[in-house]
Amino acid sequence: MRNPLNQTISAIKPSGIRKFFDIVAEMPDAISLGVGEPDFDTPWKVRDEAIYSLERGRTFYTSNSGLKELRIEIAEYLRRHYDLDYDPIHEMVMTVGGSEGIDMAFRAMLDPGDEVLIPQPCYVSYDPCTILAGGVPVPIPLKEENDFRLKPEELEAAITDKTKILVMPFPNNPTGAVMEREDLAPIVDIVIKHDLFVLTDEIYSELSYTGEPHVSIASFPGMKERTIYINGFSKSHAMTGWRLGYACGPKEIIAQMVKIHQFAIMCAPTTSQYAAVTAIRDCDEDVAHMREEYNDRRRYLLERLKKMNIKCFEPYGAFYIFPSIAEFGMSSEEFCTRLLREKEVAVVPGTAFGDSGEGNVRISYAYSLQNLKRAMDRIEEFVTELRQENK
Amino acid sequence: MREKILNYIEHNSRIDMADLAMLLGSDEVTIMNELEAMEAEHIICGYHTLINWDKTGVDKVSALIEVRVTPQRGMGFDKVAERIYNYPEVNAVYLISGSYDFMVSLEGRTLREVADFVSSKLSPLDSVLSTQTNFVLKKYKDHGTIMAEQHVDEREKVSP
Repeated sequence: MRNPLNQTISAIKPSGIRKFFDIVAEMPDAISLGVGEPDFDTPWKVRDEAIYSLERGRTFYTSNSGLKELRIEIAEYLRRHYDLDYDPIHEMVMTVGGSEGIDMAFRAMLDPGDEVLIPQPCYVSYDPCTILAGGVPVPIPLKEENDFRLKPEELEAAITDKTKILVMPFPNNPTGAVMEREDLAPIVDIVIKHDLFVLTDEIYSELSYTGEPHVSIASFPGMKERTIYINGFSKSHAMTGWRLGYACGPKEIIAQMVKIHQFAIMCAPTTSQYAAVTAIRDCDEDVAHMREEYNDRRRYLLERLKKMNIKCFEPYGAFYIFPSIAEFGMSSEEFCTRLLREKEVAVVPGTAFGDSGEGNVRISYAYSLQNLKRAMDRIEEFVTELRQENK
Repeated sequence: MREKILNYIEHNSRIDMADLAMLLGSDEVTIMNELEAMEAEHIICGYHTLINWDKTGVDKVSALIEVRVTPQRGMGFDKVAERIYNYPEVNAVYLISGSYDFMVSLEGRTLREVADFVSSKLSPLDSVLSTQTNFVLKKYKDHGTIMAEQHVDEREKVSP
């Protein structure tokens, strides 16, 4: 028989997190701090709206780009929250989670050999989606000493004639790093100077704890025309399973993305779209409440780690902290595997998010205080034992 | 700060003070001082436990009683309320807008006990015009807590 498989997809490694997932799956009693999704339930009014839409029989396709009513609400929301100005009709498409937007943007923009700059550690899909679109991923390893923010000199050094897109994954999963206005300004200058495009994944934009509102790179002068803006409902509104996101950008790019979307997907889930109208219109308070609780837990974890003398920069976004385990003289994977086997606590090795995650682990605080406390007590025991071993 | 402390202890009055301090980015002494001050100011009036009595072997009957009264001259409703709330079997008394005046929440061991209270103590009060007793059949949610439901984390244990 002939080889049934495509060579490009066969050559892509499965997500590094998968291997770890398989070990944890064998340990039902382990306390996990390993998830990348909120612990809160979707606000009831949103769920109620979904039920109502089903009762009303709203079970058909929507237009390819998504419900017009929803897109108008989102445009309003983006203006109100992030000073972004998008035409809901021509510059926006509703997607199946933020992930579909990332995939489509690469497919709509890359030709074979085009390079995509990907600051790492980062979410797992930019690299494979670039390859699947025929592009070449070029990682930019970020440094802990810079709080995992992207520095202009790091960007400048990675640019070649072939560079087409810079991915901006902030607030960041797994590090929790954010890029503030003064961090973004020099990046914007370089992007414009080299005529690059930006794919900004701002799925965690509502979860920022700097005290200042989140700043989008798309809001800088001259950036809207060269930026694809990705966001969605998963993290901000605790709606991961609803699979609903959106992409905004220049209408020529969005038009091509809608073409891919219409042939591959048809439209984002109708029920989710109806529910999302309520989410975007009526849930600012729920979102603020969740943000405040995440922030409390973030402080709690940082303080616990400080008391254990574990090095950790202060992350200001998402719901992750990314402490350094370099002092224990083992790889991130070894640390996580031993922590799991010896103390039954699951955290994720930094290397699951790129090679530059070596030496760190991702701890998620999308958990109740009770859970965090039990897990941190065990981690404390673990590191105390490790330090004794190493003496 | 006070509001945040209250929000936490309203839902979990047994929260560890060291944990609370870490959550709020403060220290234990400050939190303890605030708590004591709020107790002194009677902002914090007590620390209670939410119990689902249905799950114990203990029999309890609770009722919500709508009471219509004539307010007493010179003292309004407060004096009447006092005569009602001083009975230990009374859990709560609220002055209510609408078609009646007080909502009285009551707990007894048996139906008979509650009925006796209404007929022999509450109704005979001078200012009470009429009462309507509503027995509670099932408590679904109390103090913001859903009684029946045990929250289970159904997420995958690890995800990107």
